[in-house]
Amino acid sequence: MGYTLVYLSLIVLIPLATLALKTAEMTWGELWTIATSDRALASYKITFGASFIAATINVVFGTLLAWALVRYRFPGRGIVDALIDVPFALPTAVSGLALTAVLAPNGFIGQFLEPLGIKAVFSPLGITLALVFIGLPFVVRTVQPVLEELEPEVEEAAAVLGASRAQTLWRVIVPPLVPAMLTGFALAFARAIGEYGSVVFIAGNKQFETEITPLLIMSRLEAYDYPGATALALVMLLVSFTMLLAINGLGAWTRRRAGHIT
Amino acid sequence: MLPLERSIPRAATTEPTWVRRIIIGLGVGFLLLFVVVPLATVVIAALSHGASAYGRAITDPHALRALKLTLIAAAISVPLNLVFGVAAAWAIARFRFPGRALLITLIDLPLAVSPVIAGMVFVLLFGANGLIGPWLAANGVKVIFALPGIVLATTFVTFPYVARELIPLMEAQGHEEEEAALVLGASPWQMFTKITLPKIKWGLLYGVVLCTARAMGEFGAVSVVSGNIRGRTSTLPLHVEILYNEYEYQAAFAVASLLVIIGIGSLIARRLIARRKKEST
Amino acid sequence: MTISVRNITKRFGTFTALNNVSLDVPSGELVALLGPSGSGKTSLLRILSGLEQPDQGTAFLDGTDLGSQSARQRNVGLVFQHYALFRHLDVFENVAFALRVRKRPESEVQTRVKELLQLVQLEGLGRRMPSQLSGGQRQRIALARALAARPRVLLLDEPFGALDAQVRAELRGWLRRLHDEIHLTTVFVTHDQDEAFEVADRVVVMDHGKIEQVGSPTEVFEHPANDFVMRFLGHVNVFEASFEAGRARVGEVFVDVDRPGDGHGRLYVRPHEVDIARSSSKDAIAARVLRVTPLGAGLKIELRAPALGSNLRADIDWDRGTALALRDGDDVFLSLRRARVFAQAA
Repeated sequence: MGYTLVYLSLIVLIPLATLALKTAEMTWGELWTIATSDRALASYKITFGASFIAATINVVFGTLLAWALVRYRFPGRGIVDALIDVPFALPTAVSGLALTAVLAPNGFIGQFLEPLGIKAVFSPLGITLALVFIGLPFVVRTVQPVLEELEPEVEEAAAVLGASRAQTLWRVIVPPLVPAMLTGFALAFARAIGEYGSVVFIAGNKQFETEITPLLIMSRLEAYDYPGATALALVMLLVSFTMLLAINGLGAWTRRRAGHIT
Repeated sequence: MLPLERSIPRAATTEPTWVRRIIIGLGVGFLLLFVVVPLATVVIAALSHGASAYGRAITDPHALRALKLTLIAAAISVPLNLVFGVAAAWAIARFRFPGRALLITLIDLPLAVSPVIAGMVFVLLFGANGLIGPWLAANGVKVIFALPGIVLATTFVTFPYVARELIPLMEAQGHEEEEAALVLGASPWQMFTKITLPKIKWGLLYGVVLCTARAMGEFGAVSVVSGNIRGRTSTLPLHVEILYNEYEYQAAFAVASLLVIIGIGSLIARRLIARRKKEST
Repeated sequence: MTISVRNITKRFGTFTALNNVSLDVPSGELVALLGPSGSGKTSLLRILSGLEQPDQGTAFLDGTDLGSQSARQRNVGLVFQHYALFRHLDVFENVAFALRVRKRPESEVQTRVKELLQLVQLEGLGRRMPSQLSGGQRQRIALARALAARPRVLLLDEPFGALDAQVRAELRGWLRRLHDEIHLTTVFVTHDQDEAFEVADRVVVMDHGKIEQVGSPTEVFEHPANDFVMRFLGHVNVFEASFEAGRARVGEVFVDVDRPGDGHGRLYVRPHEVDIARSSSKDAIAARVLRVTPLGAGLKIELRAPALGSNLRADIDWDRGTALALRDGDDVFLSLRRARVFAQAA
């Protein structure tokens, strides 16, 4: 017990506390100026914007994939299920490298985008795509178990009561899934805003255009601008903790919603 | 009422075949495009200059040094987190104490923190302008831009994995068998090795695999603290970046393919362990 | 609304759930499908509701072929064993579901749902969530939900199977009274003979995908059509016997039987058809009391009768029991008031 707390403090709490200490060295005014500089604001926009879009895409395709995996039997289903976890398992640097190669103008997919005038690397689009890759498992793995728990009888009851398949889907299947979909969204979004490895390769890191906040922190650190880095980190941590709280709240909601009838 | 009847598709509650095909097609297509194609690209690019170029790239002295450093960092941080994970899960599952919920949340904290910030806090602590960095430097201890920093950052990001795996498992299993063992005259150590450990072994192994894979693949946090000194403080993922920035694409992909093997290997191991775990409960 | 089932066969892989089944349910009747699990009763119900399609045969509602109608078009009320309530909807919206999907005006929905909640005696619980209700309440809500769109027939699949004994007994009586009030043609699946007898006008006994007997509770109990029905409806003593000239021989004992036959077969005697006496009489069988157990309105007596070659059970009422004052180990004499024989089914 004592050991647990000491180790937790040494590895996690004390290091994070230094962040607070560093912040305390600054005045509110300084903090505000740094955290709202044009370059910082541009980086929030790209980081949160791309993360939001990516998490939204993940909710759509992740739910679709979870549905296919739970409801349908098709050849290769086992492999598809295993592939979902690849973005979890792959080191982020490799993901970034691989996606850059695929989307580059001479890459497997990039070669088709190039003639259309779509620039997929060194652009916000590339960042979004990298974040889609990173976030996919979160949605699938939160929606999947909830979908598995839905009783087939409930859908049958809806059908016998005169609901069309679309009405059954909308009124009976989707509502219990909503908390899980939101949780998946929050998890994917939280992961995306902090993501670094898979994005640096594809982003091109142009100031005001494709510079994500973690990268801006990195460059502040490299310039030994510790207050600058600290202020930005603080903003990110606040958002992360808000997401963490939201996820916990959603978890409680999901459990209440599922309110097991036994 | 019969299990047999359960497995039969129920006409009233399934979609027409064409709808099913579209859903499966969209889902699988999305996965192919986003997961399979990039994976295949790494392998193809790694082998683009032939097998001997691939061999040269992965046996390059710098690559080998990076591999060695990666293994050392994992070899230190994984056992540390393993011991912590077991201790924390045991305390949480066994006792009710004030702040228990807070402890669980704190254990998850590193997952919510951006890897860059994870690395950054160690720079703030041990860096040249850091809190205790100057004092350490005066005593000849180098943490940042050296192995200790890499180990610390790796330990931080892989901190929750074992504990997270074990807490629900140990909570679900309860404590009756341990109590029976104690009543039958087992020492606490015998109780742990003969009763608790066998009960949690698959969960433990699962957590260790997850922790190890993440430790070897960590990029952002390590990148902040390592200083990227080629052949000295670069781990495998950092080495990939160095090669890429130096336009050594084929070598970058060759080293990346090693990481793909580690990642996919851990994925397969996890699925096998999960199956065993399911069978044993 | 009458239900007719004509020659329905349903297979799941190699398992035959229904084998050429035909049945008629007159309008306004409450019929119980009674049988062990796997006898096909639930499959028949699911075919009537449109959740399964028969491989062969046809079902009719008032003479209309149901084959071309999907589950949602049939407008039948179906109640599931595990309620299948919509967990994310409150009680009111659960009951209103069938009206909502039919896009009925709000005023009609309000009136109808209130009326139904009153019918199932749960008025005032409209804003509760299903998870806040007891099992018995949930099942009544499920019933109200099934009745909302004024279904043509009501189908209940083991509706009380998931409830504990006391609630079950209560709901049985309640369902019977409800049926007397609304007179809706109702088919009700159960594996519990007491439940079937108490609630139903007629009982359909099923086994292995076939209908074994159809009749009123008294008919099927007093005049079982075959040995399956005999065994399934309550406890019965079974003896191996040989038959000659209108008499059956069991061990060393001869018994008069109501159906003459020759050769070997089985003799069936209900426990309440065994008489016990302290003194011997003509044709009486000597036996020893093994155990006396109080059982509801009477006593259950386990006996050993060496002449019959096996143990048997007798049920006697309290008064008789008091008069006999039986104790474990007493020696007594038995006579069989009635013994039955059925044509051997393979």
